[in-house]
Amino acid sequence: METIEKTDLSQIIKPENLVYAKPELMNDNPMHYCPGCSHGVIHKLIAEVVEEMGMAEKTIGVSPVGCAVFAYNYLDIDWEEAAHGRAPAVATGIKRLNKDKMVFTYQGDGDLAAIGTAETIHAANRGENIVIIFVNNAIYGMTGGQMSPTTLEGMKTSTCPHGRDIELNGYPLKISDLLALLDGTCLVTRQSVHTPSAVKKAKRTLRKAFENSMAGKGTSVVEFVSTCSSGWKQTPEQSNNWMVEHVFPSYPLGDLKNID
Amino acid sequence: MAKIRGAVVVNTERCKGCNLCVVACPTQVLELHPREVNDKGYHYVYMKQPDACIGCASCGYVCPDGCLTIYKAKI
Repeated sequence: METIEKTDLSQIIKPENLVYAKPELMNDNPMHYCPGCSHGVIHKLIAEVVEEMGMAEKTIGVSPVGCAVFAYNYLDIDWEEAAHGRAPAVATGIKRLNKDKMVFTYQGDGDLAAIGTAETIHAANRGENIVIIFVNNAIYGMTGGQMSPTTLEGMKTSTCPHGRDIELNGYPLKISDLLALLDGTCLVTRQSVHTPSAVKKAKRTLRKAFENSMAGKGTSVVEFVSTCSSGWKQTPEQSNNWMVEHVFPSYPLGDLKNID
Repeated sequence: MAKIRGAVVVNTERCKGCNLCVVACPTQVLELHPREVNDKGYHYVYMKQPDACIGCASCGYVCPDGCLTIYKAKI
């Protein structure tokens, strides 16, 4: 039985039978993200989309302050590091000077929705031809799981151990809904990467966003509702289930705005 | 009759044992290794039931670290 299985596998494992592999733009550096972190899948999607569009030499990413600050270590494209929250402003400058380049920002909720609210809203309102990739895990992951603007009502974090209190801390900030109201945005969408089908759908949307930026249609915002298993104090599997149960009702998936 | 068979090759040193591929697999092929660990001390994933693999690549799509390579063939 053992020998049959072994020969079978070697018959299958041939270059011509390849179905799926890590994209070439993602290098072999081990990622510092915690096990099961959604960042890895989103990095992979960016690498796949850029690779498929043949834009590897023409793409410039702007990385945030947060867990994804080291994104330049993992994707072999050009990167620029921005001060906390200022990624859309930096991306504006890069895109205005290099119109043939594909420019995107990669930001978390603490970066985009807290300290960088002004930059985000004004870049979107000016209709800069950039893609804003917004990774929303409702928590400050890198610094130890503190409350962020997008933390849900009643959600426990290290700075609100009894749950977020609306009277004291205000309501969760639905920044994508805000951005969808602006005339400068052409695509505002909310995706997730918790199942294979969601990953495929997110990839199609991400490609649309990058194409919009090159066609000069305006700002595209792709929000990824994601997990932070260490910040949420759960296993990756539990945090995916928790996200479906608790986060999706507040941040429902789907296109908020899609102008062709 | 020809049958679709798949195979998953795991980059064991890159795997962090997050278990997401095990959950995503529709045919329960994968499992975290109960004893073996890699250099970082993670129980990496392996093909527990290679015969059941259909090569759908669901595991590959959800893997955050890109450690899975999937092959599919008609045998």
